[in-house]
Amino acid sequence: MAMAALAAVRRCRVLLHGAVKSSFRGSPSQPRSYSAGRLSVQERIERKRQAALVGGGQKRIDAQHGRGKLTARERVALLLDPDSFVEYDAFVEHRCSDFGMEADHNKFPGDSVVTGQGRINGRLVYVFSQDFTVFGGSLSGAHAQKICKIMDQAMLVGAPVIGLNDSGGARIQEGVESLAGYADIFLRNVMASGVVPQISLIMGPCAGGAVYSPALTDFTFMVKDTSYLFITGPDVVKSVTNEDVTQEELGGAKTHTAVSGVAHKAFENDIDALLNLREFFNFLPLSNKDPSPVTECHDPSDRLVPGLDTLVPLESTKAYDMLDVIHSIVDERDFFEIMPNYAKNIVVGFARMNGRTVGIVGNQPKVASGCLDINSSVKGARFVRFCDAFNVPIITFVDVPGFLPGTAQEYGGIIRHGAKLLYAFAEATVPKITIITRKAYGGAYDVMSSKHLRGDVNYAWPSAEVAVMGAKGAVQIIFRGKNNQADAEAEYVEKFANPFPAAVRGFVDDIVVPSTTRRRICRDLEVLATKKQTNPWKKHANVPL
Amino acid sequence: RSPSRSCHVVTTVFPSALFSFLSVQTFDKILIANRGEIACRVMKTCKKMGIKTVAVHSDVDANAVHVKMADEAVCVGPAPTSKSYLNMDAIMNAIRQTGAQAVHPGYGFLSENKEFAKRLAAEGVSFIGPDTHAIQAMGDKIESKLIAKAAKVNTIPGFDGVVKDADEAVRIANEIGYPVMIKASAGGGGKGMRIAWNDEETREGFRFSSQEAASSFGDDRLLIEKFIDNPRHIEIQVLADKHGNALWLNERECSIQRRNQKVVEEAPSTFLDPETRRAMGEQAVSLAKAVNYSSAGTVEFLVDSRKNFYFLEMNTRLQVEHPITECITGLDLVQQMIRIAKGFPLQHTQAEIPINGWAIESRVYAEDPYKSFGLPSIGRLSQYQEPLNLHNVRVDSGIEEGSDISIYYDPMISKLVTYGATRAEALKKMEDALDNYVIRGVTHNIPLLREIIVHPRFISGDISTKFLPEVYPEGFKGHQLTATGRKELLATAASLFVAAQLRAQKFLGDLRLQERRSWELCVELEKGVHMLGVSRSGATYTVEIDGDKLEVSSDWNLASPLLTVTLNGIHRTLQCLSRNAAGEISLQYLGTTFKLRVLSKLAAALSVHMPEKVPEDTSSILRSPMPGTVVAVSVKAGDTVAEGQEICVIEAMKMQNSMTAAKTAKVRSVHCKPGETVGEGDLLVELE
Repeated sequence: MAMAALAAVRRCRVLLHGAVKSSFRGSPSQPRSYSAGRLSVQERIERKRQAALVGGGQKRIDAQHGRGKLTARERVALLLDPDSFVEYDAFVEHRCSDFGMEADHNKFPGDSVVTGQGRINGRLVYVFSQDFTVFGGSLSGAHAQKICKIMDQAMLVGAPVIGLNDSGGARIQEGVESLAGYADIFLRNVMASGVVPQISLIMGPCAGGAVYSPALTDFTFMVKDTSYLFITGPDVVKSVTNEDVTQEELGGAKTHTAVSGVAHKAFENDIDALLNLREFFNFLPLSNKDPSPVTECHDPSDRLVPGLDTLVPLESTKAYDMLDVIHSIVDERDFFEIMPNYAKNIVVGFARMNGRTVGIVGNQPKVASGCLDINSSVKGARFVRFCDAFNVPIITFVDVPGFLPGTAQEYGGIIRHGAKLLYAFAEATVPKITIITRKAYGGAYDVMSSKHLRGDVNYAWPSAEVAVMGAKGAVQIIFRGKNNQADAEAEYVEKFANPFPAAVRGFVDDIVVPSTTRRRICRDLEVLATKKQTNPWKKHANVPL
Repeated sequence: RSPSRSCHVVTTVFPSALFSFLSVQTFDKILIANRGEIACRVMKTCKKMGIKTVAVHSDVDANAVHVKMADEAVCVGPAPTSKSYLNMDAIMNAIRQTGAQAVHPGYGFLSENKEFAKRLAAEGVSFIGPDTHAIQAMGDKIESKLIAKAAKVNTIPGFDGVVKDADEAVRIANEIGYPVMIKASAGGGGKGMRIAWNDEETREGFRFSSQEAASSFGDDRLLIEKFIDNPRHIEIQVLADKHGNALWLNERECSIQRRNQKVVEEAPSTFLDPETRRAMGEQAVSLAKAVNYSSAGTVEFLVDSRKNFYFLEMNTRLQVEHPITECITGLDLVQQMIRIAKGFPLQHTQAEIPINGWAIESRVYAEDPYKSFGLPSIGRLSQYQEPLNLHNVRVDSGIEEGSDISIYYDPMISKLVTYGATRAEALKKMEDALDNYVIRGVTHNIPLLREIIVHPRFISGDISTKFLPEVYPEGFKGHQLTATGRKELLATAASLFVAAQLRAQKFLGDLRLQERRSWELCVELEKGVHMLGVSRSGATYTVEIDGDKLEVSSDWNLASPLLTVTLNGIHRTLQCLSRNAAGEISLQYLGTTFKLRVLSKLAAALSVHMPEKVPEDTSSILRSPMPGTVVAVSVKAGDTVAEGQEICVIEAMKMQNSMTAAKTAKVRSVHCKPGETVGEGDLLVELE
């Protein structure tokens, strides 16, 4: 796109740069041959403001562009509605006086971060955008203070915080003041957690202690090829563990979205990421006091989905794509998947039903048969807890053959990690609707938003099989040593490989025709919109971390 | 007969026909030994005639439309046709089990199998089709031509006998003189047909054709005959009863073909004058009479540019393209076949057979028209909507939303038939119908169909069986935008983008925003970048492109796959295939899908800084996505696989996962075998 657009876009680039240049009258890098005192305050204000607009200066801006990255301000302009950005602290400067930092040419109005508030599709959001052109975006005390200020305000008024990270790390010249700054931010990340949504978009380096701020936020997104997250870089890794690893392999977008699970999604480039972030923001409530947002919807809430009646294969060992189920049920097939490349045996993400944001959790039979393992449990649990914290109803599609057996899982602590998902579903007080599409076996049946964990509405499709385990295994135990295993298996299938055992006990509320699922969910959500449920008072719960 | 009667004969309006449906007692129960659209088609008429229906199906078809439509259904075996739809034992069992009195074979499968007809006769079950003698006589290319000659039917010069080996093939070819055509004696249509211009090609053609004949028909006899260059393919529908009466129901023009398979058909033909039509009709009838034909049949002719016509073959079954004949004659051919099978005489005389209006049929296939005018594709129809909201449109299909188009069966999605008082009217209707046809989840040939029906040569009737290779010598490349078309497309994309942007700001209980009235956008299309100004007044957008102004209005329903817009007063139906946050929009415009990208002026200006990325090609390597056991490997090195075709099956957690090809290619090497255990990321198969 970039290259193709180049020729025709050059015209408007000239326009854009022209606009910026013409408005600041005179370069900030020109020698200051006069005393500042001789300028009027008005002029000084103007000069500082203009200086703030160009950050580290044109040369560094060009270098930033050369790396395929946008500047802090360009990013803010793309993220927010046109002309909606209100900047804070453009005059703040760092207070370091060591190592020549006190020199005029080392002072930049606003320092290495741009902060403020603005609107995304009309809704309030607080933003900070680290400026790599000023000291590599490094975090000074002033930088941290600016971020803390907007976070405090965001919590006061109840609006999300978006951080655009592009920082080389701590401002080494400032020493402990920089470290203190990180801690101040961490504390606010923790205090804001569950109060307002916090989103991090990593758009450049983010290394060392700095990584813990994104890690504490609700969602971490990355830009492919130009962003990195790691505790220590390749050089240190080499010296300590003697491993040869590239920056990209160690902490690139692919690593974190597919291997470590640190990041929730990656985008092609800065523009793609920011535009997607706008789309994503529309799914979120502004705070824990806000209900799940409802947008205008053109998709009829009573739409039937005939394709679902034949989607689940007749043979219970055959896979199908749970995304087909999700896409056809939600509004306009619009599903914002979270962590699409990590623990693919569970699918989580946001969608809308009749305009209202819902969180979707679904086992994915296509990958590892949809079993629950360590990674998928943790992925699911974190998502469920976000939805619960921010009043987003949870819709769960169940087709799970059980927890994954094996030493790798047991040694890795599947008991502890599986418990997280169980805990998250049990604790959640938002509307919970569950559809068992096929298998709901064993403990995994209990975990997946079952009736027993306060599921509000639990449905089974006719293809549902709710049982302790598959027929073969069950028969081997019940009829151990007996000869008529095949008959016994047939009997077991007849008895348990259907929705009746659960339905007769009221563990599912109804057996529904798959094509009517959308209609049922939309109606239930209307009913459940006024659901009120509270857990017993506690200082805080003790989730099995 | 009014034109409006004709097209909806099978579906709704045709009161007098309905009366005739009820007036005679034929059979109580018919088994349809077929699947897909033709099984559904036959059942529709059965239902109208008050006849109970029995479907047969393979196990993968258990949920198919024809099974749901039938009163009873019997599974006759696993997916491969040789084990199910061609499995005579199982089908005979199904007949006994259900007590069906008659069998309609549809087309293909057992429809021209004399063995099957014999077995039915032996058990006293009526075969809805001609008797064994006619099937045998016409099914054999050699015999059929001898009979045709004897019946004074024009036949192709220089045709000869059965071929034993490649040397004999070359000798015969030289006797006839090149070019010659080589094909299976037992096969109908284009299957097993090769054209040779020299000895070497004859040998090759012999080898291919005999292989194909053996695998498709279980009969490797071949036929070599003179090839008529640049011919039209025009066929005559005949209808004959068991009392020696026979009629010709006019012609069908089937010249638009690719690889000898029909793509677009029409009735009548623009090419025939009444005299030629009558001459062809009369010869067809005399051939039918010569073999004591009863039921519906089709006599295929090749017609050269001087309107000389030559007998090609007779198809002793209901043809795929029969609906267009029904449209212009008002007859229900399936009903006629059932009546005839029961022994009723024909209801009509030749003088009563009209040509009312014009009918066009497009064969909608799940295939990629950009590859050799159509290579099969498979997949699940995630969204599917037939254009039945339009008047004078008939869709014969046997699939529905959610259906799988599998590798086991013909990739035809449907037959789309439009009708009009004139050819122009029928063609215009076809444009609308193709534009309104929603197919998602599989690659389909609507782009090609939509281009054929608007091509000047097609419109003027200047066609031959070489139409496609002549019109698209470089292969089909999709619709080529005109300057006006480009502007329409750009304006629609920009307006859609703005409509979506505006809606994104509409939250319940949030009325703070003043809606924006104007936008400056940058739209990229086919490597060109255009600056557009958009201003809004209600649901109408005024788009400025290079000094021109286009008014775009629509209801801007963002959930509908169809996008109906009025562009400067002209109605157009486009389809929005996808739309994402990054401004990428895929629009189907005049049948072809165009990829656009809409960005704000700011985003477009900044996009020059974005690094260009080379997409990583992982489509040629297939790795195991999980640890598991290889259950089956469906390919070997050197095989050609279609995109989406199963390559192997991995079992993990007692679940079978089908690994499919990411592209159409030749298999370079296979690195796994059944029973083997593989780890995650292990290389399974490499493609070229």
